[in-house]
Amino acid sequence: MSANSDIAVAKFLEHTDAEAASFFEACVHCGECAEACQFYLSTGDPKYTPTYKLRPMERAYKRDKAPFSSLKKMLGLAPSPVTEEELREWEPLVYDSCNMCARCTLVCPMGIDIAGTIRKMREGYAAAGIVPEGLQRAAEFVKKTSSPMGITIKALTAQIKHQEEATGIKIEVDKQGADYMAIFSSMEIMGYPEVLGAYAKLFKKAGLTWTISSVAYEATNTGVQIGSGPLAKEIVTRVVDAAEALEVKHVISPECGHAYGAIRWAGPNMMGRQFKFEVVHIIELLDQLRREGRIPAGGKDTRRMTLHDPCQIIRRGGLLKEPRRLLDESCSDFVEMKGAGITNYCCGGGGGVSANPRAEELKTAAFSRKVEQLNGVKDLEAVVVPCGNCRAVFEDGLDAYDMDLEVIGLSELVAETLDESPEKQG
Amino acid sequence: MSFVEFVEGPLFILASAIFVLGALWRVIGIIRIGRKKDISPPKGSAVMGFVVGNLRHFFPRGIFARRTALHIIAGYGFHLALLVLVLFAAPHIAFIQDRLINVNLPEMPRWGFIVAAEIAFAGLIMLWVRRISDPVMRLISDWDDHIGTWLTFLVMLSGCFALQESQSFLRGLHMLLVDVWLIYFPFSRLMHAFTFFLSRGNTGATYGRKGMNL
Repeated sequence: MSANSDIAVAKFLEHTDAEAASFFEACVHCGECAEACQFYLSTGDPKYTPTYKLRPMERAYKRDKAPFSSLKKMLGLAPSPVTEEELREWEPLVYDSCNMCARCTLVCPMGIDIAGTIRKMREGYAAAGIVPEGLQRAAEFVKKTSSPMGITIKALTAQIKHQEEATGIKIEVDKQGADYMAIFSSMEIMGYPEVLGAYAKLFKKAGLTWTISSVAYEATNTGVQIGSGPLAKEIVTRVVDAAEALEVKHVISPECGHAYGAIRWAGPNMMGRQFKFEVVHIIELLDQLRREGRIPAGGKDTRRMTLHDPCQIIRRGGLLKEPRRLLDESCSDFVEMKGAGITNYCCGGGGGVSANPRAEELKTAAFSRKVEQLNGVKDLEAVVVPCGNCRAVFEDGLDAYDMDLEVIGLSELVAETLDESPEKQG
Repeated sequence: MSFVEFVEGPLFILASAIFVLGALWRVIGIIRIGRKKDISPPKGSAVMGFVVGNLRHFFPRGIFARRTALHIIAGYGFHLALLVLVLFAAPHIAFIQDRLINVNLPEMPRWGFIVAAEIAFAGLIMLWVRRISDPVMRLISDWDDHIGTWLTFLVMLSGCFALQESQSFLRGLHMLLVDVWLIYFPFSRLMHAFTFFLSRGNTGATYGRKGMNL
């Protein structure tokens, strides 16, 4: 035992609530979860079996918290204490080879939420300081600039200006009392700034007021990825404080997987209160506006397209039909991949894996599952990827596998195919 | 007191008490750990999610079926056949009526017993062979998995030996193994027979509350 392992184990036990305990108690070591994991399937290495990744936390629970643990300890039948060496041995399994995508939960006969439990397990690792360097660096950037990529308001302002010029539409910053406040992932701001212009175009057409905060524009929650509750809370608090100060009615979570869960579901629990605004995902909002006839579809994109389902938005976010409805109205040749929907494969970069350079090779190997899915669609020309992080992973992955396929965001596609004819006067 | 009277009498009562109290202690112990109240605005019902989660995981998803077929067939075959044997084998019905509760359970014909026993044995053996031969299973299995499997196997095997009721010792041996199995149960992974509903239910409740797609 060491100080680090003591800290980690204390956190493991703190985060083993009745839910996690029921998972540890119900697992029958059937190994089905391996068959759903892109890391196991792409490498064939048994150590990537999802339930195996939880072993140190399960051991800590069974030694110190489970019913009969005292009796078993007395009889010498309890598991041995978790050591720092073991924690370090498991660290790549916990951070590099789990996207927290929850595909394994679908196949598990016991319905165990391994992804959610990995999230809790990372709390122990983060508290003990046993985390990958890449994620640690991202966390340090967040503390300094609020963004894991170190994006400052100056950089964002420059991107806003470019998009205003491109669309001819003014994008308001810090507008008091706007209906909506939008937040973005770093990846969107720097890699895909057209999304700002797409919002401007769509919201102008819908006639709603929106703004971007100059102090809380970042949606990426590195705290959730690394497993640090305090950092996750700090990031959410920054957005909540800004939104409540601007008195907006809604905060729009962007095309980013984990950001939605972080603010929509974990956020109020981290802050210990409900917000004075509603959190809405951009896909939900666009679908709602489309259904209300406020952003009617115009000419459809005629390319043969498919949709990648980001795990945290579709499988763990519940937004299954919404992106499909939007795509059906924006694209004339939309084709589903085999296994699309809630059983879709993760891109391989979720759960902080893409921010962890050490995991690069493994991430590319996991993308082979996605390549297989994409290759299953004949004459495919483009893939719609409604998540900034997935989108960057796709671009790297397609490059690695020598595939020529356009990767596009959903908001941009909806904006590009918007019916821009003037409103008919009644 | 004969050996058979002992294993069917005081030892069976003790084993049953340990089984019931131990299983209750463990399930209540898990629930009592508690979980923080979720204060995020819900999109759906956690209660419905608990129920749906429990039901949904009875049915394997088609996309995984090919890769997991052996496990599904062996797992379902073993569990269902064992349940049929426990509830509908003639000696079991007589024992239940005599010692536990006076219920009228339909008696399975002898050929039914043979078929169910063969399915149960085949399923359990397939699961165990997979456990010792598949690299994933070898990595994740521990002594509890093997003890639980072997104990169940021996209970079933001794039950078959005792079927003819030609030797009272064989009946006694079967009951002794049943008693050991009952005592081992609450402290082992055999408890999945009761904890599965908590696990599936907890995930289902979380998913249901979030309006997530199961």
